[in-house]
Amino acid sequence: MYQYDDYDRALVFERVAQFRDQVERFMTGELSEEEFLPLRLQNGLYMQKHAYMLRVAIPYGTLSATQMRTLASIARDYDRGYGHFTTRQNMQFNWIELAQVPDILERLAQVEMHAIQTSGNCVRNITTEAFAGVAADELMDPRPLAEILRQWSTINPEFLYLPRKFKIAICSAEQDRAAIMMHDIGLYLYRDDSGQMLLRVIVGGGLGRTPILGLQIREGLPWQHLLSYVEAVLRVYNRHGRRDNKYKARIKILVKALGIEAFAREVEEEWQYLKDGPAQLTDVEYERVASAFVAPDYRSLSDTDLNFGTRLAESPAFARWVMRNVQPHKVAGYTSVVLSTKPGFDSPPGDVTTEQMLAVAEWSEQFGFGEIRIAHEQNIVLPDVPKADLYTLWCLACEQGLGCANIGLLTDIIACPGGDFCALANAKSIPIAQAIQARFEDLDYLHDLGDISLNISGCMNACGHHHIGNIGILGVDKNGSEWYQITLGGSQGKNSALGKVIGPSFSAAEVPGVIERIIATFVDYRESEELFVDTLQRIGLEPFKEQVYPKVLEVSA
Amino acid sequence: MNNLLRLEEGGARIVTDDPWVLVRDVEGELPDGSVILPLSRWLQAPAQHAVWLGPDDEVESLKPWFDALPLIALDFPSFRDGRGYSQAYLLRTRLGWTGELRAVGDVLRDQLSHMRQCGFDSFAVREDKSAEDALKGLAGMSVLYGRSVIEPRPLFRRR
Repeated sequence: MYQYDDYDRALVFERVAQFRDQVERFMTGELSEEEFLPLRLQNGLYMQKHAYMLRVAIPYGTLSATQMRTLASIARDYDRGYGHFTTRQNMQFNWIELAQVPDILERLAQVEMHAIQTSGNCVRNITTEAFAGVAADELMDPRPLAEILRQWSTINPEFLYLPRKFKIAICSAEQDRAAIMMHDIGLYLYRDDSGQMLLRVIVGGGLGRTPILGLQIREGLPWQHLLSYVEAVLRVYNRHGRRDNKYKARIKILVKALGIEAFAREVEEEWQYLKDGPAQLTDVEYERVASAFVAPDYRSLSDTDLNFGTRLAESPAFARWVMRNVQPHKVAGYTSVVLSTKPGFDSPPGDVTTEQMLAVAEWSEQFGFGEIRIAHEQNIVLPDVPKADLYTLWCLACEQGLGCANIGLLTDIIACPGGDFCALANAKSIPIAQAIQARFEDLDYLHDLGDISLNISGCMNACGHHHIGNIGILGVDKNGSEWYQITLGGSQGKNSALGKVIGPSFSAAEVPGVIERIIATFVDYRESEELFVDTLQRIGLEPFKEQVYPKVLEVSA
Repeated sequence: MNNLLRLEEGGARIVTDDPWVLVRDVEGELPDGSVILPLSRWLQAPAQHAVWLGPDDEVESLKPWFDALPLIALDFPSFRDGRGYSQAYLLRTRLGWTGELRAVGDVLRDQLSHMRQCGFDSFAVREDKSAEDALKGLAGMSVLYGRSVIEPRPLFRRR
């Protein structure tokens, strides 16, 4: 993991002191609410329905056991004993007192963490996939460049008051698990035939009110130009992005208005002034950062473990968990384990208690190298678990409510905090997730159904990524009451697609029944082991609509 | 202008004898003395006065007049509108403006260090705020990861 040096440390501590002063000036009335607003947002602090919410950055989703213990202590000492992992690999605390925020930030700074730019109209947390550095299908570890970008974008004075928020993701694997097509800038890192590291640059993707997949503006960009190229994109956006309407202020709207060719020309023109300048990355800097991400001292293990094999044969429940929650590792004898934060009714998706955080920290040391990842699906990953330890870990995880074998299944729901917490939400998300989870409790049945993603957002802002769920649920407001619009056919990864609305929206009470009818339709039409998305692709939306909106309605109309 | 901070050799100071008057009207009678005019008005008789640009104005249009211009001001209609930072960057770095670059409009303590790093060297702090207090905002943080007008080398070249 990246270790702070004196510069990094000075920056986070100075930032805490600066914000402490700003909080004091706000509390004494010296700063108005309007003046304080962007300052607190750029320190991760939102005003929600009931209290302040603090969003802590987990850069590219990687954290140490010590950092996890600190998050646990913050949940215990300053919140109500739990925190919430988001779809951007951050952690949110929902019940925060303003006066205590500087102390919380100080505690984070002590373990090389911060909440800088987790909100506001600036470059946000740089994200990548949860299996970076260990995935079997990885081309290169994207984290060194992610860290370089994190540093470059942190308090970059020219780009702190952009038209709107700006999200960057980077990925370097066969499967795109970082959703790079859904970001303001998506970066794909690969090598050419001579081994040179190159970047494909995609811009203008995003969910929210106007969901759109990103478009490529550059292929084959040598990695040394990463910062100058991103700077060129940001300068064009900062100068020309719309500021008259917050719903039309994201870069995707500018790209659409100019057209991708014209936008790319503007960027290339701007870049001509910057390339080969001081922003050009050096081998020395790459090595300095990359040396923090060298592979740990893996033991030489056999790829087969007798004990593991026996346990698989003896315990179908364990075998099921291994099938769903354990991912292949690039080192023989090791695996990556996904701990599901979605056990069903007991706990909203992404919520983790102090006790669970402490347990995860413990396991990361006991069964790995003290490293933990947060996946954008809001689950926790232990990246380096020997096969021989899987059974022990599974037993412990089950005791802590983190052993649910549902990764990638219908109940592995992505959901934003929704109307229970969020001031922006039109409707609640959590009770909908729980009602669906309650309706599909039978794990055997879920496993038979196979991979189905179900994503819920409480409003257009799409924090729950509903557009890219195979089944998407969007909370909408109709005359002051909460309704839910259903989309089908979204997907993430290399074959990213946006879901299509199936028809008029439903009340909260109707949603679980609707999902049941959608699943029943799938089962009726499914051929052998076909995936939900493939069946949908083959038969189209109509059969689903027919089941969901019975003909009776047409007759009465 | 009142309530003005200016960077000078040896640090920043509060200026109490600034001769410039900011004119926002695009027509009407001009006050006596040194005036800073909106771009459209200034273009009618360039070289006589100073100019201020709004965030929509193109900084490139000033290039031919650099030798005659006594001062360029950039307006922040709202402190949340960040276009002025890129305008300042372009004026200083690409176009080579070395004269006074003044921030006017919604200019507040907590953004001053960003403005300074983007090349502004005078700051007309919003009238209802204390210039003395705002002075504390100029320094900002000791660490800058990226680069800026006043430090064109990113930290990785200085580390």
